[in-house]
Order: sequence, then structure tokens, then C-alpha cells
Amino acid sequence: MAESVVHTQDTHSPEGGDPNRRDFIHIAAGAAAVGAGVMIAWPLINQMNPAADTLALASIEFDLTKVQEGQQVVIKWQGKPVFVRYRTPAELQRVIADDNASDLKEPQTDAERTKPGHEKYLVVVGSCTHLGCVPTFGAGDYGGWFCPCHGSHYDASGRIRKGPAPLNLVVPDYEFASDTRVKIG
Amino acid sequence: MSEHESTYVPKTGVEKWLDTRLPIIRFGADYMSLPTPRNLNYWWTFGGILALCLMTQIVTGIVLAMHYTPNVDLAFASVERIMRDVNGGWLIRYVHANGASMFFIAVYLHMLRGLYYGSYKAPREMIWIIGCVIFFLMIATAFLGYVLPWGQMSFWGAEVITNLIGAIPVLGEPILIWLRGGPAIDNATLNRFFSLHYLLPFAILGCVVLHLWALHAAGQNNPVGILIPKDRAKKDMLPFHPYFTVKDGFAIILFLILFAIFVFYQPNALGHADNYIPANPLQTPAHIVPEWYMLPFYAILRAVPDKFGGVVAMFGAIGVLFVLPWLDTSKVRSMRYRPTMRTFFIIFLVVGVGLGWCGGQLPDAPVIGSFKTFTLIDGDLNSYLWLTRVFTLYYFAFFLIIMPLIGLKEQPLPIPATISEPVLTGADAVEQKG
Amino acid sequence: MTIGMKTVSIKTILASAAVALGLISAAAPAMAAGAAAHPRSGGFSFEGPFGTYDQGQLQRGYKVYHEVCAACHGMNLMHYRNLGDRHGPFWNPKYPNPNDNPVVKALAAENQVPDIDSETGEPIQRDATPADKFRAPYPNATAAAAGNGGAAPPDLSVMAKARHDGANYIYSLLSGYRAAPAGLQIRDGQHYNPYMAGDLTPFWTGDHHDVPPGGFIAMPPPLQNGQVTYDDGSPQTVDQYAKDVAAFIAWTSEPKMVERKQAGFGVMIFLLIFAGLTYASYRRIWKGVAH
Repeated sequence: MAESVVHTQDTHSPEGGDPNRRDFIHIAAGAAAVGAGVMIAWPLINQMNPAADTLALASIEFDLTKVQEGQQVVIKWQGKPVFVRYRTPAELQRVIADDNASDLKEPQTDAERTKPGHEKYLVVVGSCTHLGCVPTFGAGDYGGWFCPCHGSHYDASGRIRKGPAPLNLVVPDYEFASDTRVKIG
Repeated sequence: MSEHESTYVPKTGVEKWLDTRLPIIRFGADYMSLPTPRNLNYWWTFGGILALCLMTQIVTGIVLAMHYTPNVDLAFASVERIMRDVNGGWLIRYVHANGASMFFIAVYLHMLRGLYYGSYKAPREMIWIIGCVIFFLMIATAFLGYVLPWGQMSFWGAEVITNLIGAIPVLGEPILIWLRGGPAIDNATLNRFFSLHYLLPFAILGCVVLHLWALHAAGQNNPVGILIPKDRAKKDMLPFHPYFTVKDGFAIILFLILFAIFVFYQPNALGHADNYIPANPLQTPAHIVPEWYMLPFYAILRAVPDKFGGVVAMFGAIGVLFVLPWLDTSKVRSMRYRPTMRTFFIIFLVVGVGLGWCGGQLPDAPVIGSFKTFTLIDGDLNSYLWLTRVFTLYYFAFFLIIMPLIGLKEQPLPIPATISEPVLTGADAVEQKG
Repeated sequence: MTIGMKTVSIKTILASAAVALGLISAAAPAMAAGAAAHPRSGGFSFEGPFGTYDQGQLQRGYKVYHEVCAACHGMNLMHYRNLGDRHGPFWNPKYPNPNDNPVVKALAAENQVPDIDSETGEPIQRDATPADKFRAPYPNATAAAAGNGGAAPPDLSVMAKARHDGANYIYSLLSGYRAAPAGLQIRDGQHYNPYMAGDLTPFWTGDHHDVPPGGFIAMPPPLQNGQVTYDDGSPQTVDQYAKDVAAFIAWTSEPKMVERKQAGFGVMIFLLIFAGLTYASYRRIWKGVAH
């Protein structure tokens, strides 16, 4: 390194020269250091986002003939439980009657939560919207699900009716590949 | 220096409140205003660079551990998953892998600086010894880490190096089985190596704190190598900040440029292609070598014909560094004023690089041309085996014979009374003779 | 500039040279006796600090891999979705998520992969989806070895990184088969290749100073002229096939190479500016300070 040596002993004058230019250089160097910090921080943060193989998890297909009337089948999709429920006419009647009930926290009609022509099948993500426990099938005051963790009651349309949960059970993106097959995701 | 008086004055109420309860701002402020010899050259910037290296390895290592699987069936694929699927994973892994090499480049230069300027001599023996502990822990950590990708070099490196323990008479075999957790390198070994590889860097960090503590107790050495008299402190010292923060900062950036060239353009140049072949316990690669930074010690290991003797020599090569402060009999610290010693030092540098070169060669391969000369004991004279032996001999002679003798016999050049003198009067001219 | 500073720079040079020597010694592979021939250059587009993959070449390379190599060699680190990754052979900016890429879907569906029937639990074969791994040619390593006279064909996922000078090596090996020189005793099921690592001294009956380069390889020459049909007009020769598949394997080995070089370019520019600013700041702070 070529460093010039000035022969004036002990001149502690780092602030020599034009003060504006001096400040600019130090501020610019400092800003570059901060920029470097941000540039380094980003990959370290971003690496915790879902990886490509996680994102690539395929959508799943499910054969509806495996569910019997009045029953549900729980399948795993993207690491979460999905309830596929084949509802009885009595259950259907009851949830449609409740479409405008006053105790709905998140008002939705049953039709909004199913596919036209396939109303008897309900597909919801089986995580309580309160804190994520898996609600118990067929329990609770409304004939749908009851979450054992903190006592949320869902009806047979997966709508929250009573308890701490704020929202209805989530309906995932899905479509009917045929009359007996659904493709979730 | 330890006698450095605190100049920190708490300004706000919060600072005053904190200062009587946890004087952490005072600690930082004192550190920043630490009087530092003004004549420190760029060889003194490797301390800061090493701190950066350690933090880089710890941070990237913690990140990699989030994605790595220490299982013999999954380890290789999990590393490749980091390279392919994890966001920016290739960058983090390449920084960690090349970071190890960068760490060793910096630590070797740091140690050679200490050697050249006599930084290990009284009153700084503890700084040097703790530094040697750090170096030893670094080697251990690097070795453990190299096993984790579970490639062919990982596996066979682990096999060969753990077998060194087996060379210990009587106790070797039981210790070896205990260390591996079985008769061979397997899943148990990989798991414990991963655990220890995660642990040791924090032990290094602890030693670094002690290293700095000892440094601040004894004070910085400097290129002239004299202790700065108290009455000269004002003239010969500068506050650490901003003078040395900016100097260290500039050096760190230059170092990062070298680092970035490797990470972004030659990420595998310092590694070995065979480590991209998944570990196969049934087949040894044709030519196994450790990472470059271990090569000198690996060469010393192979120089000794006896298995246990080789192990002793290899550990001795590191062990001798611990007693270095008492092997050097010179009254002068800096080799600037020790022209004879400087010559031997330069030969030592060449020998060190030569040992590294030899460590990467087949012992029986000829050094010059492809002809044979005559067989001496167990190998041809024109072979790396004998070149390595000559170098090994010099390595030990440098510490055990040359250093004590030269210190007693040599006639050092006149030493300036203050560090300002050579700068301001041009007495540096003495350096021309070197 | 003082004399003292000059000495420092000499020392700097000395030390740098020492470090460089050390690095070179680490990077240079030690040559064993009877070394293989030095690989020929494939003139690849991805060499050098700005080199990128040639998408057409990667597509042809995939075709060669799929139609020829995949019969014996797996790629267990590759998924069909990777074919549609950025800088990959079938990358299409219209489909940032390669799982949606119709070309990738179709290529995946050409292959049958094993699965478990979700109702009966019986093993079945089904069409692959983009999320599936490349079809493995053998169910396990033992089957692979048994089907190939004891030598399991190695996985090719990272082959270009698992050999020194990977892409050129693969190209040279595949296109470098030649008749064994007279005087070389070839064992059954072995083939001579001058680029294969090995030492032929024990099998050589001729002059000991004239041992042919290379070694024995269990794989018979895999490529023939005209074997794979290219629809982009590229020559259908062994040389071209070897080049293309070598490029493809280089990509599977280092799929993030282009990202890496691009990021590196930005980082280098930044570091140079940062270094300049810090140096200016350093000069300012030390101005007039003797040291």
C-alpha cells in the first residue's frame, strides 16, 4: 500500500480539507457498509422461505367413492389434513336452513362453500381457524365439528358458530376432475 | 493497553442509568478509543478479517444446519437439495465451503505475522498460546465439517484421520471404536461429527474472547516490536476508531473480493471432485488428499515411516507452536532487526508451502523428471517421500534448533527507541538490507 | 512513499505468491502414473465468467440422455420440474412455476414411475408428474450392478462436478472410444478409452515407456451416428451427441451456475465501489498522520 507520510509530527487532523467532501466520503462508505449488510442479510432470511421442492408438492386427486354418506375421509395435502365429507340430506337441509343464521361470525351460504351440482360433498382444510388444532368429526352443538383444544363449534358446512375461532374452516382450491374425483390444489 | 483510562462520559439519562448497572456502552466506547500503535501495517488487519471469517462460518453454518440431514442415506442428497431447492442455498453453501479455506488463508497469514514480528514473546505468551488453541480447534472443526457432505473424500478422510487415533499403543483401538461409535465410519459417526461440528465453533468463539482479553491486557505488538513507553503513549498511539476501523475495514473489503472470486467464479476449485461422488464404504478413491490447508501436516504425517511416529510428528508440528515463546531466545522481537533470522524465516515460508505441495503428491512419485536415482532406506531419493522428509526436518529444526541458537548468537541491528523514530527520520532504511 | 513501504510491498508479493502457490497446489490434481489423456475442449457456451447455458443444446442433451443414457444411468437428484427451471432446457418465462409448464408436464408423462396405490397399497406404475424424480433405471444398486456385469452405472446428477474438468471430460470420454492398441490385453466386458482414469501398465505387453493413456471402462461405446433424431438441424453425430449430453449433465450438476455468475458480477462491482469509497475514507482519516 502506498501511504504518504507527512512530516508534520502529530498532526491529528483527520478533518483536513473541505469538510463537505470529507463528510460525503465517510457517509458514502458507511452507506455502502449498510448496503453490504442488507445484501448479506437477505439470502440469510430468504433461505427460510419454502424451498422449490416444497412449492412443487403436487396437487392431489381423491376418489370420492371412498367416502360413505354421513362420513368423512381425512387426507393429507401439503402437510395439512383435508376433510372430505359426504353429507346426509338431513345435514344438508340443516346447514342451508342456517345460511342466514344470526350467529354466523363469517356469514357464508353453504352454496358458496361447495361446487354446484356437488353440494353433498364438502371439502375443507381440517385446521381450526383459532390455533390450528384438528376439529373432531360429528361432535359439537351444530352437528359439524368440535375443536377439542379451545371449544370451537363448527356446523356441517364448516362454519364457525360458537367458540373462540374467528373464521369458517377454509375451503381449499379444488375442482371436480370427474363426478367421482376431486383434484385438490 | 490495560492502563488505558476510560474517557466515556454518559450523556443522556438512559446512558447514565445503564452505566451504573451494566456499563456495556462504556465497554464498547473504551474499546473503540483503545490506544493502538500508529505504525501497525496491513499484516495487522488479519485479526479483524478472522473475526469476520468466524462470524461468516457461524452464521452460514447455522443456516445450513436448518436444511442439512445428518444421516448416511440422506446427507449427500440434503446438501444437493440445499444447492438446488433452498432459496439462495447454493450461495450459502458455497460461502461456507470456501469460507473455510478463506479462514485458513487468513489464519496462516495472521500466525506468520506473529512469527515474523515476535508477537508471541513476553509479555504476550498467553495471546499466542490461546491462538494456538484456536488454530487446533479450527483444524478439528474443518475436519468434522468436511465429513458432513458424505462424499467419497468425506468418508475416506474420516476413515484415515480417525485411524490415526488407532495408532496409539494399547488404547488406540478401544478409543477408535468409541470415537466412531462402531467398528467403521457409519451413521453414528456422522451424527456425532455433525453435533461436534456445530459445537466447536462456539468453543472457538470463547477462545477468541480470551485471545482479545489477553491482547488488551498485554497490549498490541507493532512492527518495530518495542514496548511503547508510557510517556510516548500520546505520540505513538492512535485511538482504534476511526483510524484502525477504517484500515481494517478496507483490508476486509479486499479480502472479500478474493472470497467473492472463489464463491462466484471458482466455487469448487479449492475442493476435490471426488467429494461429489456419494460415500461408498466399499471403494476408496484412487488418490485421497485432505483439504489444502491440512496438506503440510498431512505431509509431515507421511514423512515418518512408523504409523504411531507419524501421528506424533503431525501433532508435534502443531504442539511445538505452543512452546514457541520459550524456544525463541532473542531479546529482539521484530525480525526487521534480525537479518539472520529473517533469512531462516523466508526459508521456513518456502518449506511450509513445499510441505503443502508434497502433501498433495503421491509419496513415491518422482520430484524431477521421471527417472530414478538410488534407493535410500525405503524410498528413491528423487521422490516426494524424501523431499517431504527434508522439509519436515527443517520445519522442526526451525523451531527447536535454529530459533534458540540464532537468538543467542545473532547480532541484531540497532533498534529504534520509539516507533515514531523510524517513521519520521527514515531509519526504516535498515530494512533495505533485507 | 518511503523505503519502508517498498519493503512491505515486496513482502506482500512474497506472501501472495506463497498463498497462490498453496492454492494452485490444492487445485491441481495430482497426476497418477499412466495418466488418462487430457480431455479435449467441447467449446462450451457456459465456460468463462459470463458463460451461460445454450438452451437448444440443453434440450438436445436431455433428448440424448432420455433416449440413450437413461436406460442405465439414473439422475436421482433431478426432478422433471427442474427441466422447466430458469436457465434450464425448457424454461419458459410464461410459466414461472415449472410445474405448470405444459412441455415439462408432457415430458414427465412420457415416463412411468413406481408408486403405491392409495387404496390397495399395492405397488403400481403411473405416469410421472413434474414433481417426480427422474425415473430410476433400476430399483436399487444391487439390481443395477447385476444388470451390468457387476459394475453399477453411476448416477449422473452431479457427474460434471464429480470429475475434474467435468463437461470436457464427459464429452471426451463419450466421443473418445477407439480400438485398443495392439499389445493391450483387454478383459472380458471391458473397453478401452484413452480418457478413462486408470493405469494400463499391468495389461500392456509392449514397451514400458509407451503405455497407452487411459483405462478400461465397462460401458460399451453408447453413441452411434444418427441414433437420436434432432429436429433443429444440428448434426446427428456422435461428437455432437456427446457435446450436447455433456452440456446437459453440466447443467444438472450446477443448475444455479448462471444465477451464480450474474450475482457474482453484481457483487464484484459493488465490492470494487465499496473498496474505493473505503479507501478514500481511509486516506482522509489518515491524512497528515505520520505512521
